Amino acid sequence: MSDRVRSRQYAGLLIHLTPLFAVLLAFFVGALMLVGLGVNPGTAFKSLLQGAFGNLNAIADTIVKMTPLLFVGLGICISFRGGVLNIGGEGQLVVGALAATAIALAGKGFPGWLLATVALVTGALAGAVWGGIAGFLKAYLNVNEILSTIMLNYIAVYGMNYLLRGPMMDPLQVKLGFFIPQTARLPRAVDLPRLVPTRLHLGALIAILVAIFVYVFLWRTTIGFRIRTVGMSRRAALASGINVRRYTVLGLLLAGLFAGLGGAVEVLGVHHRMFTDGTAFGFTGGAGFNGIVAALFGRLHPLGTIPSSFLFGALLTGANKMQRVVQVPSALIVALNGLIVLFVVGSEVIRRRRLRRLEKLTIVEEEI
Amino acid sequence: MGAGAPRPPFLRRKMRQTVDRVEMRGIVKRFPGVVANDRVDFDVRAGEIHALLGENGAGKSTLMKILYGMYQPDEGEILVNGKRVRFRSPLDAIRAGIGMVHQHFMLVEPFTVAENVALGLPSSRRFVNDLDRVSARIRELAETYGFKVDPRAYIWQLSVGEQQRVEILKVLYRGASVLILDEPTAVLTPQEVEGLFRTLRHMREEGHAIVFISHKLNEVLSISDRITVLRGGQVVGTVPAAEATRTGLARMMVGREVVFRLERPEVEPGEVMLEIRDLWAMGDRGVPALRGVNLEVRAGEIVGLAGVSGNGQRELAEVIVGLRRPQRGAVRIGKTDVTGWPPAALIGLGLSYIPEERIRDGGVPEFSVEDNLVLKDHPFPPFSQGIFLNFPEMAHYADRLIKDFDIRTPSRRTPLKSLSGGNIQKLILARELSRSPKVLIAAQPTRGLDISATEYVRRRILEQREKGTATLLISDDLDEILSLSDRIAVIYEGRIMGVVKSEEADIEELGLMMAGVESR
Repeated sequence: MSDRVRSRQYAGLLIHLTPLFAVLLAFFVGALMLVGLGVNPGTAFKSLLQGAFGNLNAIADTIVKMTPLLFVGLGICISFRGGVLNIGGEGQLVVGALAATAIALAGKGFPGWLLATVALVTGALAGAVWGGIAGFLKAYLNVNEILSTIMLNYIAVYGMNYLLRGPMMDPLQVKLGFFIPQTARLPRAVDLPRLVPTRLHLGALIAILVAIFVYVFLWRTTIGFRIRTVGMSRRAALASGINVRRYTVLGLLLAGLFAGLGGAVEVLGVHHRMFTDGTAFGFTGGAGFNGIVAALFGRLHPLGTIPSSFLFGALLTGANKMQRVVQVPSALIVALNGLIVLFVVGSEVIRRRRLRRLEKLTIVEEEI
Repeated sequence: MGAGAPRPPFLRRKMRQTVDRVEMRGIVKRFPGVVANDRVDFDVRAGEIHALLGENGAGKSTLMKILYGMYQPDEGEILVNGKRVRFRSPLDAIRAGIGMVHQHFMLVEPFTVAENVALGLPSSRRFVNDLDRVSARIRELAETYGFKVDPRAYIWQLSVGEQQRVEILKVLYRGASVLILDEPTAVLTPQEVEGLFRTLRHMREEGHAIVFISHKLNEVLSISDRITVLRGGQVVGTVPAAEATRTGLARMMVGREVVFRLERPEVEPGEVMLEIRDLWAMGDRGVPALRGVNLEVRAGEIVGLAGVSGNGQRELAEVIVGLRRPQRGAVRIGKTDVTGWPPAALIGLGLSYIPEERIRDGGVPEFSVEDNLVLKDHPFPPFSQGIFLNFPEMAHYADRLIKDFDIRTPSRRTPLKSLSGGNIQKLILARELSRSPKVLIAAQPTRGLDISATEYVRRRILEQREKGTATLLISDDLDEILSLSDRIAVIYEGRIMGVVKSEEADIEELGLMMAGVESR
C-alpha cells in the first residue's frame, strides 16, 4: 500500500511538471521554424538565453518585463478563482497608467514620495473602477464579463488616444508642431527608485510583495475564502449565505485594482510618460493578455505566478536579443510566444485529465 | 449473430436466440486497493426475477456492469445458455440479448420518446430517419407489456415513472431478453412502484430474465423469486424469496442486527417555529410551483412532507431557505416575518438546511472537509478574527465534528468530492446540526444512502427533535416519513392536500392524496 502511495506521489509530481514539458515542446517546434528560415536554432536559442539572463542588465530587463505580467496575473488569480473571467487586463493597465500620469503631472511641486504614492494609489483605484464596472454588469445585469471586459478595453484605448492627442498632449509637442501623441515627461521626483544600477526599479519589489499579499488574502482571510467559494460553486455559496453578487463584483474589482497598479508602476518606473501607437499594445506590450497566460501557467496561485511571469518576461527580453543576433523577422518571436501559450494551455487540459484519473483511482479505492 | 449487411436491430430481433440462462462464475474484479467482486457466482433464468441485494459499495453495480460489458472481470467467466462468452463492451452484451436500465436515466429531454428509442440505432432508410416505424414498434411493445406510452411525447413532458418506462422500452426495443434494473424504484411513488412491478411481472411471464438491484428489503421481498445478497464484494447467500424474511435479509446485508423501529420518545410540541401562509412561487419553467401552501411546524416536532417528486417540494424548501423568491404569502420563523430574506439572515436566525442536491448545494466538492464544515460559520468567531481565518480553531472544530458524526475521511484536509455519498451527507448533517438550529429543513436526507448511513441520519434527526428543533422533513420515501414524522402533510401540484397525524396515517389514503385526491 505504501508503495502504491509513493508511486502515486511520483505520478502526481510528474503531472505537475506537464507545463514544463509543454514549454520544451514549444521550443522544439520553434526550432523547426528557425531551421525553415535557415537559421541555426542553437545560435538563436543561445542568444535568447543570453538576452534574458546573460548579464546583470539582461536579468534586470527580464525582471522589468516580468513586473506588469505579475501585476495583471495576480488580479487574474483572484478573478479566475472567483469564477469570473477577466479579459480586461489591457484596458485596466491603460486606465491605471492614465490616472497615475494625470496625478503626477498635476501634482508638480509636491514631495516626490507623496506624489508617487498618490499616483500609484489613484492608478490602482482607476483600474478597480474599470474592473468593477464589468463586475457590476455581471452581478446585477447578468452581462457576460468576457464581453464587457473586452469592450472596456476598447473604451480605455480610444479614451487614451483621445486624451493623448488632446487634453493630455505634451505642450512641447504642440509648440513644436510634431503632435506626437504622448504626455510631457513626469516630474523626475516621482520616478520609482532604481534598485541596482540597471533599469530595475522598485515596482518589481512591489509586485512581489503584492503577490504575497494576494496569497494571504485568498487563503487566509474570510473574504478570500468567500471569493473562492463563489468561484467553485455559486449554488453552495448562495445556500451558505454568501452574497454571491457582492463577491462577483469584488473579484473583478480587485483584478482591475492590481492591473491598474501595474499600469501606474509601468509609467512611474519605466516610461515616465504616457504614449500611444493607437493601440493598447504600444504601451502595454500585450501584458494584459500575457498576464492571463502567466497566471494560468502559475496554476492560478499568486506565488506560482511569480516564476511564471519571470519566465514570460525572460522570453520577451530574450526574444529581442535573438531578433538582433540572428536577424529573424520579429513575427517569429510573436509566433514563438504564441506557441508557448498554445502548448501550455493545451498541456493544462492534459494535466487536468491525468489529475482527474489519479483522483478517480483514489476515490474508487476509498469508496469500494 | 449472423454476418452480412447490418440491419436494424428490430428486424434482427426475430432471428435472435432467446436467452434461457445467464451464469457468472467465480467473478473477481479488483480496483486499485480493493476487491469489488470476490469470486462471485450468480445466475438468472428466463421467467424469473432475481434480486441482487446489498449495501452501497457491496459490489452489486460492479457485478452487473461486468455482465453488461462495461467492466472486464479480472477472473471468472460468463456463460449464456451454457456457452462461454466475452463482452468487450455493452454493444456485445446487447447483441447477446442483455440490456440494462441505469439508475440515472440516459434520455435526451428535448427529444420525443420515439427519437430517444431510435437514438444510436441505424435507420432502416439509412440517412433518413424512420420514426414512424419506430413509433409503431413502440406501440406494439407497450401493448405487449401493458403500459401506456405516447411515442410522440417529449421526454420533458413525462413524469419520472414514465421516463423510466421509456428506458425499459429502449432496452426491449433492442431485443433484450435479459433485463438488468439498477435501483429502479429509487425515484418512484408507491403507485408508480406498483406500476413498475406489474410491468416486471408481465415481462417475467413473457419469458424475460430480470435482475433487480436494490437495497430496499420490502420491494425485494414483494417482487423477486430469488434473492442474492452481496456484502463486501462476496456473496453472502442466495435464498428463495418465499423463504426470506426482512430481518434475515437485513442481517445478511449488514452483517449485524438492524433496528427497524427507531426510538421516538414523546416530545410535547412547543410553539410554532415555522409558519407558512398562502405561499405562492414560480418553478424553473415559469409556471407556478407553489399555489398557496399553508403549513406550520412546532418546536420539537417533525412534519413530514410527502408527495410525488416534482409537486413543489423542492421549490418550497428553496423559498423557506431564501434561495427562491416567493410571489405571494408569508414565511415566519418564530415570530419574525422572514418572507424574502436572503439566506445569510435566515442562517443567522437559526435556520438549517439539508439540501436535496447535496453535492451541488450542500458543499464545495473541491474544498476540504474542514473548509466545508465551516462554510457557514467561517465569518464568526472563533473561526475568524477580524478578516483572518483562525486555522487552529477550524482544525479543532473539524476534528471534533469528524469524530462526533463519524465522518469517514482520511483527514480533514481531504477534498469533499473524495468522500462517499453517506459521508458527504454526514458532513452536511454535522455542519447543520451543530449550529443548534431552531428550524431544520431536511430534503431527501437519506436518498441514495445505504442502510447504516440512513439509520444514522434518521437517528440524528430524531435527536434534534428532542432538543426542540422544528423539522420539516421532505422525502419521497414514504417509509421514512411514516417512521420519523409526528404529522404528515401531503403536497400535490403546489398545494397541501391534507395534514394527518402520523399514528392515524393510512398508506392507502396518503397515496390517494399524493395522486391529488383531497383528504376526507
